[in-house]
Amino acid sequence: MHKGFIRGISAVLIGLWSAMLFSETDGVFDEYRAMLGDDNPAIFVIFDGEEIWFTPAGPKSASLEQCDLGLGPGVVEGAYAQLPRYFADVDRVQDVEARLEHCMTQLQGLTPAEVHGKPYSLRGDLGTELEALVAWIADQSSGLAIAPMQAHAKERATYELGERLFYYRAGPHDFSCATCHEQAGRRIRLQTLPNLTTHQGAAEAYSSWPAYRISQGIVRTMGWRMRDCMRQQRMPELIMGSEATVALQTYLAVNGAGAPMAAPGLKR
Amino acid sequence: MASRIRIRAQLKDDYCEVKALMRHPMETGMRKDQSGAAIPANFIEDVQVLHNDVVVVQAYWGAAVSANPFLGVRFKGGAQGDVVKVVWRDNQGDSGSGETTIR
Amino acid sequence: MGNLDPLGLTRRSFVAVSSALFVVAALPQKIWAAALRPETAFQATTLEATFEALGGAPTVSDGIVFSTPDIAENGAVVPVRIEIDTSVLSDVSKIYVIVEKNPNPLAAVFQVPPNTQPYAETRVKVAQTGNLYAVAEANGQLYMMQRETKVTLGGCGG
Repeated sequence: MHKGFIRGISAVLIGLWSAMLFSETDGVFDEYRAMLGDDNPAIFVIFDGEEIWFTPAGPKSASLEQCDLGLGPGVVEGAYAQLPRYFADVDRVQDVEARLEHCMTQLQGLTPAEVHGKPYSLRGDLGTELEALVAWIADQSSGLAIAPMQAHAKERATYELGERLFYYRAGPHDFSCATCHEQAGRRIRLQTLPNLTTHQGAAEAYSSWPAYRISQGIVRTMGWRMRDCMRQQRMPELIMGSEATVALQTYLAVNGAGAPMAAPGLKR
Repeated sequence: MASRIRIRAQLKDDYCEVKALMRHPMETGMRKDQSGAAIPANFIEDVQVLHNDVVVVQAYWGAAVSANPFLGVRFKGGAQGDVVKVVWRDNQGDSGSGETTIR
Repeated sequence: MGNLDPLGLTRRSFVAVSSALFVVAALPQKIWAAALRPETAFQATTLEATFEALGGAPTVSDGIVFSTPDIAENGAVVPVRIEIDTSVLSDVSKIYVIVEKNPNPLAAVFQVPPNTQPYAETRVKVAQTGNLYAVAEANGQLYMMQRETKVTLGGCGG
């Protein structure tokens, strides 16, 4: 055989092998996800969330029935798909968690410290009220197009802030979200890293949270996911409902706008 | 308190297919919580599927069955409208049940 | 006691006996009794000890159609499905799900009376990449099929 021929074949094989290493790995788990099917334990958490919404709580012994998630007091269906959005009563843009904090403090009389005390489950916990509420509220937007409001100047400014934060390098590793999430076809071990700067990547990410997380046996929210990313980058804690988390979620939601919500999803 | 079992029972070809999702932590007893304390073993040991009150499947589980466990079984002789019931009992003596009608 | 007829039965007792016979005749031919929980098998810590507790080493049979994913995204929830090809293996009354490298390999037991298809679908924890076994018991004999499932470590997200 000619040397050139062998070299040519080698080059093709190496190219194919490299392509395999760096290609999207979603296909690897297709069989696994197909076998799991539709049976998602998030359904139990959704029922819990609905019950919590209608249950009086706090010093004012009030339920959340009058909570306005953007479509009017008590209107939950379709509300998640339009968040984050501007709320005149607080003159700021809020995500679902910031809005729930507002309702819990205003309607139920809880203190911010109480709301922030333990919004997310710790290891061994079986779920928090906030996680259940978000699961139910997101389910009430299932199938509807992601459509965060961008009419108000503050809504647009929030998107711009989110984009700046996305590219902002900080922390001991000098990471930004973009470090992992602005290229296609990348992964960490077998976990695909979606390109969140594109419509498709952002849509897949934003539409599937909150999600039942198999490894933890509970539902986790988009706010939690953002916070955990920050933790893994060794950044300061991303506080629930803060301007920063709302901005980052707005960036994702706007990039993914138009795709249907499919939450609560089912994830590893 | 909301039901801890979601059951679907559907007639297919020549059998009835039952799919049930149960809410249960299925703790092995080997995990530790945030404070480092061991979380006690708490898992479903016994599951029965009944068709019109007759046991059609008897299952015994260990802690290695996944949390919020799923069960799929098939039996013959079911008709639309018949009652399918799933009953579980765990190692701590707690139990749960749910039922549905065959579609 | 009333008057006895030649067979020694009174009318009342005759009615009672024939009622009892009628009830007995109406019972199903066999009342299925599930076997007890095989606790020794659940406590076994090796594959060999598990097989022994169940009655001995099973022989491979392709009458067992065993489905598991090649790669599981997370070892906490691995879907498994066991169907029996009854033209190859008939009278299967029990199905066992065994995960070789778990601290206790026996994960689940499914017992079925004749009217129920020998079929089971569930989700099990798989501690690490290794073999899973579906064991079927038919007429006191044990048969098996094995499959390897890889378990991956997560990246950071997802």
